[in-house]
Amino acid sequence: MPYIAATDADRAAMLERIGAADVEELFSDIPSSARFPVLDLPPPLSEMEAMREIEALAARNLSASSSAWFLGAGAYYHFIPAVVPAIASRGEFLSAYTPYQPEVSQGTLQAIFEYQSMAAALLGMDVVNASHYDGATALAEALLMAYNAAGGAGTRDRVVLCADIHPEYKEVIRSYLSAYSARVDEIDLPPEGAAALADASTFCVVAPYPGFSGAIGDLAAAAAATHAAGALLVVQADPIMCGLLKSPGELGADIVAAEGQALGNPMCFGGPFLGMMGAKAGLVRKLPGRLVGQAKDAAGRRGFVLTLTAREQHIRREKAVSNICSNQGLAMLQACVYLAAMGRSGLRAVAELCWNKSHYAASLIAGIPGFAVRADRFFKEFLVETPIPAEDLAAKLSRRGVVPGLPLSRYYPERKRELLVCVTEMCTRGQIELLAASLEEASR
Amino acid sequence: MKIDPECRYRSTHEYARKDGSEIVVGISDHAQEALGDIVFVEMVEVGKTVAQGEAVGVVESVKAASDIYAPMSGTIKALNTALQGDPSLVNKDCYGAGWLLRMSPSKPAEWESLLDPAAYEKETGKD
Repeated sequence: MPYIAATDADRAAMLERIGAADVEELFSDIPSSARFPVLDLPPPLSEMEAMREIEALAARNLSASSSAWFLGAGAYYHFIPAVVPAIASRGEFLSAYTPYQPEVSQGTLQAIFEYQSMAAALLGMDVVNASHYDGATALAEALLMAYNAAGGAGTRDRVVLCADIHPEYKEVIRSYLSAYSARVDEIDLPPEGAAALADASTFCVVAPYPGFSGAIGDLAAAAAATHAAGALLVVQADPIMCGLLKSPGELGADIVAAEGQALGNPMCFGGPFLGMMGAKAGLVRKLPGRLVGQAKDAAGRRGFVLTLTAREQHIRREKAVSNICSNQGLAMLQACVYLAAMGRSGLRAVAELCWNKSHYAASLIAGIPGFAVRADRFFKEFLVETPIPAEDLAAKLSRRGVVPGLPLSRYYPERKRELLVCVTEMCTRGQIELLAASLEEASR
Repeated sequence: MKIDPECRYRSTHEYARKDGSEIVVGISDHAQEALGDIVFVEMVEVGKTVAQGEAVGVVESVKAASDIYAPMSGTIKALNTALQGDPSLVNKDCYGAGWLLRMSPSKPAEWESLLDPAAYEKETGKD
């Protein structure tokens, strides 16, 4: 279908054919009170005027690149090499979706296959699917997967959920599970402590790596305790951190979900993001989402196919492993190009920069009178106790172009004097020192 | 299409054959042919008690995945573990080496509710 609007002549011909005087008459059955109101809009602008107006609006944005940016909490400011948008925006990839006639889109399938392969190596999983909407929905799907793997309704019905997970992720989990006979038991302990509370009614333990607070728990101990109870360990991971520390799979996770925005995707206004999800081989038939496999044609040539599709809704209908998942083709492609461009050593370099810079920032902040860093083991994000309300600090610092982090009161109104600070490779030494100096000055 | 004269059938293409006090359950030759190459078989656990018509597993082929329903009420006594390594046994010998599971029926009278070979042959002709 061409994207060309009907002309006046087209409309007149159609109206004449159906015997209507004008377009308004087509809506005459709808009471006028229920009709769309007349919009009080200004007259149309020329292209030049429209650009000027949009640029003026855009100039009012606070952008990470023009600030000293220490805000994370789910959306992360990482460097995106120019090769990422250059390749991802090529015309050959101009489809935002997994194809329904896959064989004709070998390039798209190859990109998905390469993404799956690199993501599986990064997360320590045997198989990773073609992606989900975002990290939160991928995590919720991972819980449903564990629920179904345990036998579904009437079997194990308890989730042990570590409390130190992004509050919005927990809301998504509760929404998804509300339609199932599953109980969410939120435990305010590190992963190893929460997993020790898994019992014979528990189908999975959900552990963050790292937590919303930035804290990194003992996943190996959590895995041992979870498996001893006969449950599955579901881990929500930071893919950049997996470039430096052991992967969740190596530490014993059965299913891993992750937010993949940090891999070559801009923060935008919180989306579109990239839900990553993978599992160990024994669970592959319970894994939702599309899977691309490598195959050979009759002449022995390499090709790519959608595989294990009997899990999916176009075949299994209501018994499909998921009827709510989708694939984020463009965000996945950006992550694929990013991972290929960075390679193992490049990703490790990014992760080391995050680690070193965040620990430098933490050491400076810990030295400011009245401030304390509340973290033992962290990667790029850490909680800071502040002498005055964190919201006041953030407001004061934003006036000088420093975005110091997330005041926790946004999610936990009673936690007024806590600030979640994130330091990535993008933060310069000068910015880190400016942050520390500004915090000290603003708290006096 | 082969129909084992010793078996009784469901219209959903499962068969049941008496073996002592138990029944052997599988899918008919008609079903395996319609499904095509079978690549995966997943069954419920041994010891589970099911009602007649309840799903007891899934047979997956390259083009479809079909639920398997219990021909009679009872307890699952054994699964054909050979299918894990070689699911194509269902294609090669559905009434023999390609059986799916054994059950101990709790309501023997349900046997009479199943289709006899002649009735099943008539039923499959409708497809």
